[in-house]
This record gives sequence, structure tokens and C-alpha cells, in this order.
Amino acid sequence: MDISSQRYTRVAITLHWLIAAAILCTFLLGQYMTGLQLSPAKLKLYSYHKWIGVTIFLLVLIRLAWRVTHRPPPPPASMPAWQHSAAKIAHFFLYALTLCIPISGWLMSSASGFQVVYLGMLPIPDLLGKSKDLADQLKQLHEALNWLMLLVVALHVAAALKHHLVDRDDVLWRMLPLLKQRSASK
Amino acid sequence: MRLHALFPLLAMMAISAPAPADTVDYAKSEITFVSKQMNVPVQGRFKKFTAQIVFDPRKLASAKAEIAVDLASIDTGSTEADDEVGKKGWFNTSAFPTATFSSKAVTQTGPDRYEARGRLSIKGIGQDVIASFSARRTGDAVTYEGAFTLKRLQFKIGEGIWSDTDTVADEVQVKFRILATGNK
Repeated sequence: MDISSQRYTRVAITLHWLIAAAILCTFLLGQYMTGLQLSPAKLKLYSYHKWIGVTIFLLVLIRLAWRVTHRPPPPPASMPAWQHSAAKIAHFFLYALTLCIPISGWLMSSASGFQVVYLGMLPIPDLLGKSKDLADQLKQLHEALNWLMLLVVALHVAAALKHHLVDRDDVLWRMLPLLKQRSASK
Repeated sequence: MRLHALFPLLAMMAISAPAPADTVDYAKSEITFVSKQMNVPVQGRFKKFTAQIVFDPRKLASAKAEIAVDLASIDTGSTEADDEVGKKGWFNTSAFPTATFSSKAVTQTGPDRYEARGRLSIKGIGQDVIASFSARRTGDAVTYEGAFTLKRLQFKIGEGIWSDTDTVADEVQVKFRILATGNK
């Protein structure tokens, strides 16, 4: 069995796509909700946005713990070293941003005077007191980190498609969900 | 007229003369409130109010509090909400600029602990409320500190879409701290 044709574990695949879907949802929600007039719907959407953010943060922690204990399949042997390094850097940014963006949102919420109450039940302590200046700065940081995230995700998607369509290797395949382990394929 | 004939009159005057009201130090006084939005406690306050307080723990029968709150002076914690709550569905401040509390009876509930029953009027609607408070004396100043909970929908605060209590809870906790110097 060719080692490069190993897929990620089912847990890693599930977490990857779950987090990807959650990020897409809450990113679009964030874009949409900020432009709304104040209404009960707006208050609800802000809460959902924060709850999804906290969920992403928790899922990423689980994912990192999984990754540390379950080595991902190695890159294809045909892949140039610079691409390998670039992928490592991009993956580092993806993990870092998926943790930093929820944290910046939480701090921003605290500084704005709104405690985050996860799922409307679990109050997350405020690390910061209320401060308008700090809230404005954290809002800018939260937004800037999101645009950086969008850039890195675009790069990540482009690289995955390039592997699949140009290099025709199994880099994308090994992370695709809903596929049976192709254990007997080689 | 002999002097002692005046005594009953003087005694009557002493009883019937209105007790002097305390002088409130507004810089050290505040009226705040906590509402729950999506179960998130959000604190706000009213920057302008007037309070007339007559309070002597030995003469509770003559204790009296009249408080008038300028509703437009609200600070909800966000500018967006400050603009919103002045509207018709909320306080309708152009028609009802002031909320008032007028005490009817003050009773003692414990050491330095009291209860004021009175009428709270907001948006043309009056409701009886009970505020428990403490009165602590330091020097010649007294700090009255207490709270009560009101149900906003009883006063039609937040009508229409905002009457959904899953988003903004019906109960609003109102807290006050009033520092006054007694004229005694």
C-alpha cells in the first residue's frame, strides 16, 4: 500500500469540514448582521454568530489535540520542498486564525459591554472591561483577521484544486468526506 | 396670653410641619438597570434624575421619596439602542419624557434595611412596586441603595416585534444608589 494514498482519519476529515462549514456560515452571517437595523432578529443573529465562533474555537482545540496524537498522511513524494513549506505555513495560519478570530470577537464583545453567553446558557467571563476605544480597535482587529483568513482560505482552496486538477495527486482526495477508505485500491 | 398656652400649638406645628428633604448629591448617585438580551445581562443607566427624599429611621411614617427620571438621558450601553428606545414602541420620550416613582409607605425589614412601596409611572401607566433598600449613614450623609424588578411589558416598554421576551427579557432590574445629606 502506497503510503501517500493514505487518507486522513475519519475524525480529522469530519472536523475539517465541520469547521469549514461553520466558518463559512459565521463569516457570511457576520457580513450580513452588521448592516441590519436594530431588531430582535439582529440581536439573535449576533448571538448565533458568537455561539458559532465559540464552537469553532472548541472544535479547533479538539482538532489540534487529534492532530498531535494522529500524524496526518505525508505529502506526495513528487511535491517540491517549497510547496511543502508553503503548505506548512498556510496550515499554521489557518489554525492560528481559527483560534485568534474567535478570541478577538470575544474580547471585542466584552469591550463593547456585551458578555458572551454561550448558547444562551453558559456565561463566558469578560477578560476586558467596557471601553469604547478598545472595542473599536478590537472590531478593526477582528475584521482584519477575517480578511487575512479569507486570503489564506482562498490560497488553501486554490492549492487543493491545483493538486487535484493539475498535479492529479491525491492531496484533495484524502481529505474528502463521505468516501470509503480506499484500503483495497492499491 | 400666657406662654404655656402656646405649647399645644407649638407641639402641633412640630408634628405637622413637613420634614425637610435631604439634599441629594447627584455626582455620587446613580440609577442603573440590567436587562437581559438573549440571556446576556446588559447594564444601562439614566444620567439625569431628581430625587426628593425625606427619611428618618425614627419617623418612618413620614418617610417619603419622590423620584423623577429623565428618560431621554438613558445610556443603554450602545448608541444604536439609545436611539431606538426613545421611539414610540419603547419609552416614546417625546410624549412621556419622565418616569416617576412616588413612595406610599416605608417599612423596616431588618437592621438598616427597608422597603418602600409606591407607584411607578412610565409611559402613562402606573404600577405598584416594592423597592427594598438599605440606608447607611456616614457622617451627615446617608447612602440609600436598593433595587426592584419591573416587567417592561406592563409599561408597554418595547411593543410590537420587541414584545418577544425570548430576545429581550420582560424582567428589568432597576438599581439605585442615592447619596444625600440630611438637613437635620
